[in-house]
Amino acid sequence: MSGRIFLFGDDIDTDQLAPGEYMKGGIEMLAAHCLEPARPDFAKTVRPGDVVVAGRNFGMGSSREQAAEALKHLGVAAVIARSFAGIFYRNAINLGLPVLVSDDLDGIADGDAADLDIDAGELRLTAKDRIVKLEPLPDNLKRMLADGGLVPHLKKRFAAERKREAGQ
Amino acid sequence: MATTLAQTTLAQKIIARAAGRDTVTPGEIVTAKVDLAMIHDSGGPRRVEPILRDLGVGLWDREKVVLISDHFVPGDTDEGARILELTRRWAKERKVAFHDGEGICHVVLPERGHLKPGMFVVGGDSHSPTGGAFGAYMFGVGATEMAGVLATGEIWIKVPGTILIEWRNRLSEAVTAKDIMLALCGRLGMDGGQYQAVEYTGEAISALSMQERMTLSNMAAELGAQAGLIAPDETTADYLKSVGGDAGDWQGLRTDPDADLLARHVFDAATLEPQVAAPHSPANSAPVTEVPETKVDVAYIGACTGAKYEDLKRAARILKGRRLAPGLQLMVAPASKRYQDRAAEDGIMQVFEDAGAEILANACGICAGYGSNRLGEDVTCISSTARNFKGRMGAASSKVWLGSPLTVAASAVTGRITDPRDFLDSGESRP
Repeated sequence: MSGRIFLFGDDIDTDQLAPGEYMKGGIEMLAAHCLEPARPDFAKTVRPGDVVVAGRNFGMGSSREQAAEALKHLGVAAVIARSFAGIFYRNAINLGLPVLVSDDLDGIADGDAADLDIDAGELRLTAKDRIVKLEPLPDNLKRMLADGGLVPHLKKRFAAERKREAGQ
Repeated sequence: MATTLAQTTLAQKIIARAAGRDTVTPGEIVTAKVDLAMIHDSGGPRRVEPILRDLGVGLWDREKVVLISDHFVPGDTDEGARILELTRRWAKERKVAFHDGEGICHVVLPERGHLKPGMFVVGGDSHSPTGGAFGAYMFGVGATEMAGVLATGEIWIKVPGTILIEWRNRLSEAVTAKDIMLALCGRLGMDGGQYQAVEYTGEAISALSMQERMTLSNMAAELGAQAGLIAPDETTADYLKSVGGDAGDWQGLRTDPDADLLARHVFDAATLEPQVAAPHSPANSAPVTEVPETKVDVAYIGACTGAKYEDLKRAARILKGRRLAPGLQLMVAPASKRYQDRAAEDGIMQVFEDAGAEILANACGICAGYGSNRLGEDVTCISSTARNFKGRMGAASSKVWLGSPLTVAASAVTGRITDPRDFLDSGESRP
């Protein structure tokens, strides 16, 4: 998948990703204000396939999964960061938004063109002839992400259980 | 000669039991059975019901689900009121325990006797580590994950390592659990907990009441930990008895002396001074004595970490017989109805009213910033809450400083960030 890099620093919090003021509304409203305090034009300029690259502790703060949902709604292909806050990380996988850890982020600039290959664990900066290595996901999360998130994953599991019961 | 048993942490013991295993090792991924699931009005019914319907299943065990309304209480926006209506309807339909408008979930859950040492609990809120103060392994999850728990009664967990945080000696006068946490956020950073288990220990922790311990466990979230544990003791057992609960068999629930730890940090409680955190991070903390002259417009005594009974009592100690600084607005949102009732009986609520404070609902209030009450443009606020991220409590241009309820009260009287020790006689007994 090809897109552009949107670069952020450390400690991007959930109040910026999904501002409390708009939590009473639906995802359309929230996504329109995603990351507004950090970068007021983010929701207007990000396009499907773009990749968010950030420093440490991305998604710290609240458990509101709208923080991950807003990024997915805007078409963000993945978030790549040096580290993630735990709840955000789980929420993103549960909603089918790829979140990938990498410590190989030096030299990435905002606006860089990038090809993301999650299976290969690589982010290729096409104009720079540079390949950023991404840490592999644990197997259980790889499976969940491949299914499209927790809900489709559970549907698959329930269907298999029903089939097994019916077969007995 | 006793046989040598594997030395394990409190976190490992609870997770092993919940996973149906003899032992678990940090780093391994296991599936655990959930003893209790707590949800609130924001991440709860409005988010989980559509998923349960989509999955075509009901609750795995309605007796293990507790619903608490707090984020959109008092329903002062049209959307908020609608969400509360939906929440109330769902509670009836799904027949779950429901505490409506009785206070903030992290306070109400133990106050109503739902928690017990050794339990494995998930909560649909990031401050769910509060349950760790009772020796329960409790952590926060998002709504989809919660729906998965409600459907199956299970959740996967990567067994955490334990970061032991020891506070030696005793806290001095006017220094509180909030000051400990702001100091820790500053020293360890907002990801110092590494999504592992933090466990608090030491003489200063043993000496703390349950309300103060809850503040420590709650703000393990601000350290980026998954859980914030405190091994149960007589203080825990006494609290649970007082709320009609039963501590059960808690004596073995502790980290063994030779258990492998991820890290161990030792601090001296006796030398800790009151702390404040500058905008926009709890990690921007420093002793209040080092803060340059800072004028404040709004003071807020609220939230699960800053408006429990003892917090209110502390603040009232300073506000008694005093008035707010001219032009300053003080808002007080007692963390639960029970705590507010008790504070009213003891004359504490009267102190706030006499000082000129405005009393808000027993709910998350401005801390979550979900309702109509929000900080305006360029307002400087000092707050007893846990988080001061940019724009969280109102306009992106507002500036929130964090401090203990004592520091907030002292600042409300002077109109600038103030060391609470200026108002307290050293001879006075601690609240």
